[in-house]
Amino acid sequence: MHSKATLGLKVAAMCGLLFLHLPILLIFVYAFTTEDKSYQWPPPGLTLQWFGVTWNRPDVWEALGLSLRVAAISTVIAMVLGTLCAAAVARFRFFGRETISLLVILPIALPGIITGISLRSAFNIADIPFSFWTIVLGHATFCIVVVYNNAVARFRRTSSSLVEASMDLGATYFQTLRFVIMPNIATALLAGGMLAFALSFDEVIVTTFTAGQQQTLPIWMLEELVRPRQRPVTNVVALLVVLVTFVPILAAYYLTRGTETVAGQGK
Amino acid sequence: MSDTTSAPSRISDAFWRQPTILLLLLVTPPLLWLGIVYLGSLFALLAQSFFSIDEFTGLVRYEFTLKTYAELLRASNFDILIRTIVMASAVTIASAIIAFPIAYYAARYARGRWKAVFYLGIMLPLWSSYLVKVYSWKLILAKEGILNWFFETLYLSWILEAYLAIPVVGGNSLSVSWTGTFLVFVYVWLPFMILPVQAALERVPPSMLEASGDLGASSGQTLRHVILPLALPGIIAGSIFTFSLTMGDYIIPQIVGTSARMIGQAVYQFQGTAGNIPLAAAFAVVPIFVMGIYLTLAKRAGAFDAL
Amino acid sequence: MNLDIAEGEFFALLGPSGSGKTTCLRLIAGFEQPTSGSVVIFGEDATRVPPYRRPVNTVFQDYALFPHLNILDNVAYGLMVRGEKKAARRQASEEALSLVALAGFGGRKPSELSGGQRQRVALARALVLKPKVLLLDEPLGALDLKLREQMQTELKALQRRLGITFIFVTHDQGEALSMADRVAVFDRGHIQQIGAPQNVYDRPETPFVADFVGSSNVLPAHLVAQLIGETAPASLRPEQIHLTSADGKLSGKVIGSAFLGAATRLELDVEGNSLSVLLPKAASVPELDSTVHLTWDKDALHVMRGPDV
Repeated sequence: MHSKATLGLKVAAMCGLLFLHLPILLIFVYAFTTEDKSYQWPPPGLTLQWFGVTWNRPDVWEALGLSLRVAAISTVIAMVLGTLCAAAVARFRFFGRETISLLVILPIALPGIITGISLRSAFNIADIPFSFWTIVLGHATFCIVVVYNNAVARFRRTSSSLVEASMDLGATYFQTLRFVIMPNIATALLAGGMLAFALSFDEVIVTTFTAGQQQTLPIWMLEELVRPRQRPVTNVVALLVVLVTFVPILAAYYLTRGTETVAGQGK
Repeated sequence: MSDTTSAPSRISDAFWRQPTILLLLLVTPPLLWLGIVYLGSLFALLAQSFFSIDEFTGLVRYEFTLKTYAELLRASNFDILIRTIVMASAVTIASAIIAFPIAYYAARYARGRWKAVFYLGIMLPLWSSYLVKVYSWKLILAKEGILNWFFETLYLSWILEAYLAIPVVGGNSLSVSWTGTFLVFVYVWLPFMILPVQAALERVPPSMLEASGDLGASSGQTLRHVILPLALPGIIAGSIFTFSLTMGDYIIPQIVGTSARMIGQAVYQFQGTAGNIPLAAAFAVVPIFVMGIYLTLAKRAGAFDAL
Repeated sequence: MNLDIAEGEFFALLGPSGSGKTTCLRLIAGFEQPTSGSVVIFGEDATRVPPYRRPVNTVFQDYALFPHLNILDNVAYGLMVRGEKKAARRQASEEALSLVALAGFGGRKPSELSGGQRQRVALARALVLKPKVLLLDEPLGALDLKLREQMQTELKALQRRLGITFIFVTHDQGEALSMADRVAVFDRGHIQQIGAPQNVYDRPETPFVADFVGSSNVLPAHLVAQLIGETAPASLRPEQIHLTSADGKLSGKVIGSAFLGAATRLELDVEGNSLSVLLPKAASVPELDSTVHLTWDKDALHVMRGPDV
């Protein structure tokens, strides 16, 4: 095997990467355009004016606030449930173990619209009014798998003899949890939490079914895409959303870099 | 030695004597959540699909019937199913073709810094906002957008016009054509194909490729007879995502595409404006059913080892 | 099965993998609980006592050093969870580290040490708690041959100096015989024989022990009946068989030979049974397919009456 790639393969791979990135980069340019009625290219001029306009839009702030609150609470719930589930699946052999790992993955393996309409039907039948908590219920459900994937990979990599060694040296289950298990899985949990946050912050398909009248930031954007009101503001919000989601993704990457399973491979 | 009387210590002893207690404590909360919230909801959906809508009052009749499923077979509804499945297949095949070189290069040749570049280069688009990605294509495909400008600047507009004149795939402009919808789908789901293919290729030992070359295979033969079969489980794993996600999406065809609907849009509209929840539920059961078959086949092909 | 281990003894659990020796160790440590029977440690029933309350510490096969703690904190871990003061912890841990010749390594991470050094840390971490019994699960398995031999000597010396009971799991019969005061030989979940190394080696009670401990020849019962009139299998060590002229006790055909350096091993076919003979270096090696006559001292043939026979 020659260790150098052929030119054709190199070009195809690079073009593929460019295809993945150019459209996102385009958003960066549009956020500065002076044109406010159409999507004209190339932009007739560049301005920072729309950042100021966006700053003064209360609806954007409200949607952002709701998205952050939903993401934070969903992440906390998903981290607790995902970690418990990962610990059980990685450390015990029991009847129905395979079923549990399937059940965890199902909410993202099936199309989001299924999760969405299922939850909506259930809220309907159970007569639950839409609220902040109905959004959280949906988000936490599909965020569990992200935390679970990260945690289960780390549990498997951490030798089970560490737990035995700790107990052998006199530590109870609680001391072992605090002094051995937590320090060893902390970065994986944090990475899982970051990814769960990013997933929730960005989610729109399930949310449209569980939100009622409330607008998360993605719902706000969807409204703007379907019925554009002020395009430049949408451009600026799009740019900010990209930047905000990059932070947790990069953080998750650096937290788990160098380990066998780098975070983020199972969205 | 730890104190034997304190509460944590006594609980700890109980865990050791009866590990099942610990297992139950771990597994019960997530199981309750997923069982009640998620499975409960899925059953609610399934139940709804067996109800029907009263044509006179417009209210849901809570009686078991297969009438709603029969409605799926009506020409206009059946078209939606076929259209969606054709689109999902096309998107899956295109994703696999574009993903392969990227995955292959990343798995086999990228080292050190380039490895990180490829890794983040795939992860960042995967995780960046879905809506922003869709929006960026609205910008690209718009009449006054960058793609038209590109063709105009190179005096190639006639190519684009000739293409748009083709029935079915063409249209007034790319942003209201099936081609547009297809492009956005491929773009948005591509990373979901790259990652499992890359994972599968990374597990192919280089010595195996050397062996193939050693036995006299040309690099083309090695690709066809060694690399592709070994990458296949990864491609199938990736196709689970691209197929399932395309089938259930209702936002992309709504923003970029024609007025003809796909399953996702039908579900969305029947439950929303039309208020026909039973029919929406029946539509939603189709992807579950198709994915069930797909997953069973994929499992037989060993695709889950590549996830 | 029943296993009694005396105080201050160096005891080896010997057997092939899957023979139950590690399970036996895990029962003593408390990582597994017996479905029936009991574990008694120094007269106290420990069957229902969790591992963190047993006066027993373990050196794990993979050492199980905590990767997030440095060497000193690894060694001090047991004292920390016990609630000892920081200064006392530090002093005791540093003493334990110098006991295993690793003074000054406290600040490093486990990943910065070699296999042999990690093994010593695992030892120090267990010994710092002053256990009454030290359990060692294949502790030398991951080391290379030279280091393994050196550690065997050190472990034996350490055990003598500290005077605590060592229970040592190994699949290496040479290791068990050279280090242990007594050996229990395991096979398929059962103890085949317990005894001093010399005794187990010379007087195996079952064919398994004869074969596993020092690859002795096992003569089938009918052959033994023919030789000494007793109907039971017997073991006959290869090095105790001599070649002789015509009037031997048995005769066989040479079907193979291997030069081992200090000796030569002959493979013989004796009435359909294979038999090995160890020839001293000076002896002349008979040709392939030739017939040789064998003899041995009266005591060399050991009739086996163990539970497995």
